[in-house]
Amino acid sequence: MEDISQNPVLIQAKGLSKRYGEFVAVAGIDFEVKKGESFGFLGPNGAGKSTTMRIIAATLNRSSGEITILGKDPEKYGPEIKAHLGVVPQTDNLDNNLTVEENLFVYGRYFGLSKKFINSKIEELLDFAQLVEKRSVKVETLSGGMKRRLTIARALVSEPEILMLDEPTTGLDPQARHILWDRLFRLKEQGVTLLITTHYMDEAEQLCDRLMVMDKGSIMAEDSPAGLIKKYSTREVLEVRFGSDRNATIAPELQKLVERIEVLPDRILMYADDGEVILHLLKEKGMHPITSLVRRSSLEDVFLRLTGRTLID
Amino acid sequence: MSNNLRQGSLHIVNVSRIRKRGALSISEGRIRVMIKWFWSNLAAAALSPTLYLLSIGIGVGKLINTHSGGVDGVKYLTFLAPALLATAAIQNAMDEAVFPTLDGFKWSKSFFAMNATPISSSQIADGILIAALVRTFFSVTIYGCTIYFFGGFSSLRGWLAIPTALFAGAAFGAFILGIAAATNNDDSFFMILGRFVMMPLFLFSGTFYQLATMPFYMRWIGWISPLWHATELSRYFTYGHRLSGVMVLVHAGFLIVMFIFGLHNARKQFTKRLSK
Repeated sequence: MEDISQNPVLIQAKGLSKRYGEFVAVAGIDFEVKKGESFGFLGPNGAGKSTTMRIIAATLNRSSGEITILGKDPEKYGPEIKAHLGVVPQTDNLDNNLTVEENLFVYGRYFGLSKKFINSKIEELLDFAQLVEKRSVKVETLSGGMKRRLTIARALVSEPEILMLDEPTTGLDPQARHILWDRLFRLKEQGVTLLITTHYMDEAEQLCDRLMVMDKGSIMAEDSPAGLIKKYSTREVLEVRFGSDRNATIAPELQKLVERIEVLPDRILMYADDGEVILHLLKEKGMHPITSLVRRSSLEDVFLRLTGRTLID
Repeated sequence: MSNNLRQGSLHIVNVSRIRKRGALSISEGRIRVMIKWFWSNLAAAALSPTLYLLSIGIGVGKLINTHSGGVDGVKYLTFLAPALLATAAIQNAMDEAVFPTLDGFKWSKSFFAMNATPISSSQIADGILIAALVRTFFSVTIYGCTIYFFGGFSSLRGWLAIPTALFAGAAFGAFILGIAAATNNDDSFFMILGRFVMMPLFLFSGTFYQLATMPFYMRWIGWISPLWHATELSRYFTYGHRLSGVMVLVHAGFLIVMFIFGLHNARKQFTKRLSK
């Protein structure tokens, strides 16, 4: 894959913050996104991800700090910036009165595109979104996954420099999620700059080159998914269950065997580079868990380490 | 299957063009939706005046003409027709301002999709109003032709009732657009608008009898009603209803002020709600 570290910076934020009265939604964050990069905001609901996205999308003014998108301030050059963004909101806001094809056409007109251009673009987008057979169907009859793909296709009608996706697969079934990931991955391969918010770690791992972990409006960490795992977790995790009554009492014993443990209500996570070795050790010491599982560390573990909480409470 | 999408908004999107024509793109999209309801819109536009003119204009009119020789020196149908035309304009403009606005902000949230494009919030408001006026023009033209067919007016000057009604629609539509944009509770909104705004306007704006016939303490409803001002102007055009030059200016001025204030407020409300 192409090296993007030398690419120009498309989005730059310094001390960016947003307050609603006393409530701080975004608390003075700094970040940069380069051309062709797939950049993710990972965090639980209320972390400030969507607020940050809206500031970038020039639909919400910041309270303080600096931000430029394509070198321009969104508060001064809203329309100029929006001309080069494709926005996929958290909730699909398609026009239910129109057909699939008409939704794409009408949206293209909002970007001032000619009818001839949009008509040729529609063919391309329907193909991309796998909605060719549904072109004349009213939007309200589409499945959730189809609506989501149409919303993404709609965002691409103006050939945006940056595609922004707010929780792209929330509420979709596993199959629909995988189809969507495949489509987004193709865009990424074509060099489209992607900005994604998600609270799904698998999604972040699948799609993002670089991640910013957010909680309560602040940045907790920033790196590639693999880099974050390396920095904040071990290679593997051993998950053991001793029964909800025994988990807490046995925890001090387990702590002696590894560098770090996390006691969750239903299980204990033991962080180690080789989980099988630890499991063997447990059994040798006469501690027999009811269930055990060795898995690779994930971003969920990173988040737990950084915030002391799971991503989806 | 091709999987490669072209990329290059820098070359294809012309922002200065959108600044000039953005509102028209919104109207274009809205008119596309209206066309889907073309036949029912056409039926409503033609049927409603026919029923009113037959039942009240001719039916009640015969009674009035026989007993008092008409109203304001003309046959009752001639007196009534301009008011019905203005009412139709106001009703159409209101419907087309309210439904898409509640849909855009609350039901489908499509205004938020529009707001993600280079089109400004004010242009969205303008575009919805322009589309509402296209529909209103369509309806009042059919209404006007029906009235002409029934003999509601005969002079060439009488056709000026159509732009007058359209202007009343613009004033009231702009006013209602701002209110609809600020409305969160859509359940009671229609009920309040229909029963406590539209109905009193229709009944107490000198529609069926001259405003001066009403007790003095009730005439204020007419004075603040765009319907009364439009009706007075319309009657002036269709049958030469006596109006001083000053009153012509007052009626036209009222509608102009209502339009300017309404549009200004609508743009403000759209901007506020889309940037929350």
